[in-house]
Amino acid sequence: MALIQEVDYGTPEAHSAVTVTLTIDGQSVTVAEGTSVLRAATAAGIQIPRLCATDMLASFGSCRLCLVEIEGRAGTPASCTTPAANGMVVHTQTERLIRLRRAVMELYISDHPLDCLTCAANGNCELQTMAGAVGLREVRYGTEGANHLRLPKDTSNPYFQFDPAKCILCSRCVRACQEVQGTFALTIAGRGFGSVVSPGMEEPFLASECVSCGACVQACPTATLIEYSVLALGQPEHSVVTTCAYCGVGCAFKAEMRGQQVVRMVPYKDGKANHGHSCVKGRFAWGYATHPDRVLKPLMRATTADPWKEVSWDEAIARAASEFRRIQAQYGKGAIGGITSSRCTNEEAYLVQKLVRAVFGNNNTDTCARVCHSPTGYALSSTFGTSAGTQDFDSIEQCDVILLVGANPTDAHPVFGSRMKKRIREGAQLIVIDPRRIDLVRSPHVQAAVHLALRPGTNAAVLDAIAHVIVTEELVDEAFVRERCEIDSFARWAAFAAEERNAPEAVEAITGVPADLIRYAARLYATGGNAAIYYGLGVTEHSQGSTAVMALANLAMATGNIGRPGVGVNPLRGQNNVQGSCDMGSFPHEFPGYRHISRTDVREMFEKDWGVALDPEPGLRIPNMIDCALEGSFKGIYIQGEDIAQSDPDGQHIAAGLSAMECVVIQDLFLNETSRYAHIFLPGSTFLEKDGTFTNAERRIQRVRRVMTPRGGYQDWEVTQLLAQAMGYPMRYPHPAEIMDEIARLTPAFTGVSYAKLDSLGSIQWPCNEANPEGTRVMHVPGFVRGKGRFFVTEYIPTDERTGPRFPLLLTTGRILSQYNVGTQTRRTSNVQWHAEDRLEIHPHDAEQRGVREGAWVRLESRSGATTLRAHITERVAAGVVYTTFHHPETMANVVTTDYTDWATDCPEYKVTAVQVSPAAGSAGTLNAGRILEKHIRSQQP
Amino acid sequence: MIEVTSHQAAYQRKLVHQANQIGKFFAHQPQPEAVANIADHLRKFWDPRMRTQILFHLENGGEGLDELPRHAIEKIASETTQD
Ligand code: SF4
Ligand code: SF4
Ligand code: SF4
Ligand code: FES
Repeated sequence: MALIQEVDYGTPEAHSAVTVTLTIDGQSVTVAEGTSVLRAATAAGIQIPRLCATDMLASFGSCRLCLVEIEGRAGTPASCTTPAANGMVVHTQTERLIRLRRAVMELYISDHPLDCLTCAANGNCELQTMAGAVGLREVRYGTEGANHLRLPKDTSNPYFQFDPAKCILCSRCVRACQEVQGTFALTIAGRGFGSVVSPGMEEPFLASECVSCGACVQACPTATLIEYSVLALGQPEHSVVTTCAYCGVGCAFKAEMRGQQVVRMVPYKDGKANHGHSCVKGRFAWGYATHPDRVLKPLMRATTADPWKEVSWDEAIARAASEFRRIQAQYGKGAIGGITSSRCTNEEAYLVQKLVRAVFGNNNTDTCARVCHSPTGYALSSTFGTSAGTQDFDSIEQCDVILLVGANPTDAHPVFGSRMKKRIREGAQLIVIDPRRIDLVRSPHVQAAVHLALRPGTNAAVLDAIAHVIVTEELVDEAFVRERCEIDSFARWAAFAAEERNAPEAVEAITGVPADLIRYAARLYATGGNAAIYYGLGVTEHSQGSTAVMALANLAMATGNIGRPGVGVNPLRGQNNVQGSCDMGSFPHEFPGYRHISRTDVREMFEKDWGVALDPEPGLRIPNMIDCALEGSFKGIYIQGEDIAQSDPDGQHIAAGLSAMECVVIQDLFLNETSRYAHIFLPGSTFLEKDGTFTNAERRIQRVRRVMTPRGGYQDWEVTQLLAQAMGYPMRYPHPAEIMDEIARLTPAFTGVSYAKLDSLGSIQWPCNEANPEGTRVMHVPGFVRGKGRFFVTEYIPTDERTGPRFPLLLTTGRILSQYNVGTQTRRTSNVQWHAEDRLEIHPHDAEQRGVREGAWVRLESRSGATTLRAHITERVAAGVVYTTFHHPETMANVVTTDYTDWATDCPEYKVTAVQVSPAAGSAGTLNAGRILEKHIRSQQP
Repeated sequence: MIEVTSHQAAYQRKLVHQANQIGKFFAHQPQPEAVANIADHLRKFWDPRMRTQILFHLENGGEGLDELPRHAIEKIASETTQD
């Protein structure tokens, strides 16, 4: 294995259909119009020395190293800023150029420390390489004069350092922060000789606006900005391309290694989802993989009151298998079930649901996607015919209007958030529908055209009001509807939307959004050009989650904004493999590929392949499993990579349900809240330790490649396989590639997928089959998957969770950039430096009424429980609304969420809870309902 | 009357709430269509033991069930007996 060296073309690719032909050093070169001479030369294999140019950034022309001579033109233009033209004759290496370049280089080196041998970038420094390339042999200016060699280092960021003594002021970092990341945290402060790179207002990195995405570190050609891991471990010797295991963007990374040790994770330029960009999580927060808290040996105990005992794999697997069989014999076939993980690979999710269906003999399989995007699956398959986002991420480049609903991409999907910001800087208009003023509403060089700050729980009312405007102001794309949609369903929907009670003016009192803003947003969406919908958990995690997703689908169909690039309806998925785990048949009612288990033809196909009879009735969803555990008919569960006690709503109910079970088997990296109720713990493996695939939010299947031996001994799919074997079923795959072959054999949208094809194409967006052998970028072209698009009437029905005198405020929840979900991984990295605790955001008015001060401890209480946390007073939330994240178990924010769920899918209503907030003495008195209940349960045990 | 434990009673209350929620989504449709759609939803997405619980609840008077889901559950009951 070698180190993957990506070619740096110097300037970005030009996207013109017109080509030009020029001659460079006697070679004829044809490139797209708009390509720089530097890029054209690189494409032809000719290396022109350069320092300030890199193909992730627009050309800048400051270093003067890339000079060339062009016949018929005076002087020596910079090749990075000179576009190639027809008939141009370019010379890259002449006496004059050699002299000029050496002189430039000499100046750089005269103010640069000459410690190359001990520098961490030795062997991977562009300055060093260029000094060699231009043949620099002497530096005539001494380093005694004024220089920058003694400037202090900035070591505030936990992942990289800034050593200004090594800076050559190429400005690549500043431009990366602006152009790629869109944060504008860096500037060149001072002038002339006094110029230095500076975060924020000449403050340390950590204190500045910097979000630690790493784009500047990657852009830096010297050791000025460099990862601590490289300083500590040295330059990597080989690298492997893999996929980030954090969020649904699915960034491709090069895992750069020394032996089995990760030196750093570098975003891969060929990654189709991220194009070489990353966020702090994927780029830096991988240290949890080697955290000492990892459980590396199977654990067992007779009751949850006993201490854990380390046992062998054989013993743990044998016990799990015999307990599951005993429970089935005693309580019935349906008394056990399994939960797949959206953090694990497609192959692993597939195996867990296969274990449940083929070996357990029931359909009690569910996944953590239940609690986030299950309404997306239900609603998009009802309206369009497929349970997935319609576009690829690149589609945003052709989008004119972005309708962003209940999502906070700059925090939750940062790399896509950066693309969104870039598109907005280029002129796209943004409509935000969110109770909270998310960063995109206003941040440097980005401003939303309109923000509909609705009351939590009123999405359907706002979307119906938008529909009302579109229908009554005759903004419907009638030709599209006539040709592509079910006319009856449209007529019914249009009549409903047109009703006066759906007018923006009529719903103003319910939604809290001024009617004129809704009208403005509706007109902009319907008439502003290509309009694309992006939405997140703020839409799905409601009692009307499925209804609201249908309402979005209705809007897209009514305005013809679907079925081509630049438009569509796109869920922003939370976890890395939410899409994949749903595709793989994790839900209790459907086989892989979203086919209902009652379909005889499909069932027979699986029965034949798996060699067993399958149950035609739907199984239990996670909340139902818990209910049935309490009611007495569900007694055993196998949970792979999921912490339901921490991440699912109504913690007390879950705790009681798990406590009522006789065999809880957890497979995970760390002991967690759920494992408190477990009898058997099986060590899980990280994405660095396994082979497989993840599918991101744009349906893109990408390889996960093993770079180190599984620390617990097995990859997760191997463990499921051992359990199946111990239960008497012959599940034996030599490699996940064979699991994928089986998926392809049994799932129409995956027919054309194989590891060989993934290796050659890099990634594949399903459907990939005979009709689309290389996958599908944009769905529903030329027709909808279900045939005609179907409109649904989406009546607004208020949630039963109401405010009242006891609980007068509405709590809504979300997540932030540096932490990931319940934080199991990110809390075990230096990311805690950005988010040490969950805080409660409260409007100044509500804070004042309650005597709450900034940073003070407050008690947050709902009808389900109470907790304490610190307050942050801000106008980001409207009066009457409070907001918190749920990254720290100490907060147990879920104690205060209730058991109301989406009507169609049981997805919990995380986003609305009636609460009261009052000042608290401190965290010491925290009423942690989950823990108290557990203590109570334990005290009842023998 | 079918005897129910307190856990079952709590569970049934939850199922009634969910069935009513489903009913509300289809409420704008003409009654026969709404009833058929609700019944179809329960068949497709509810585990048989959830349907059994709600049938028990119906047999015990069906307290709290709205009209449409009540008809839908009756429909399921009649079809189950026919089978
Ligand atoms: S790490 Fe990212 S956000 Fe921070 S300064 Fe560098 S480019 Fe900007
Ligand atoms: S820190 Fe690196 S990228 Fe930024 S100006 Fe200095 S040398 Fe260039
Ligand atoms: S967390 Fe998401 S945005 Fe960040 S690097 Fe990973 S996949 Fe990319
Ligand atoms: S690379 Fe062209 S001027 Fe720096």
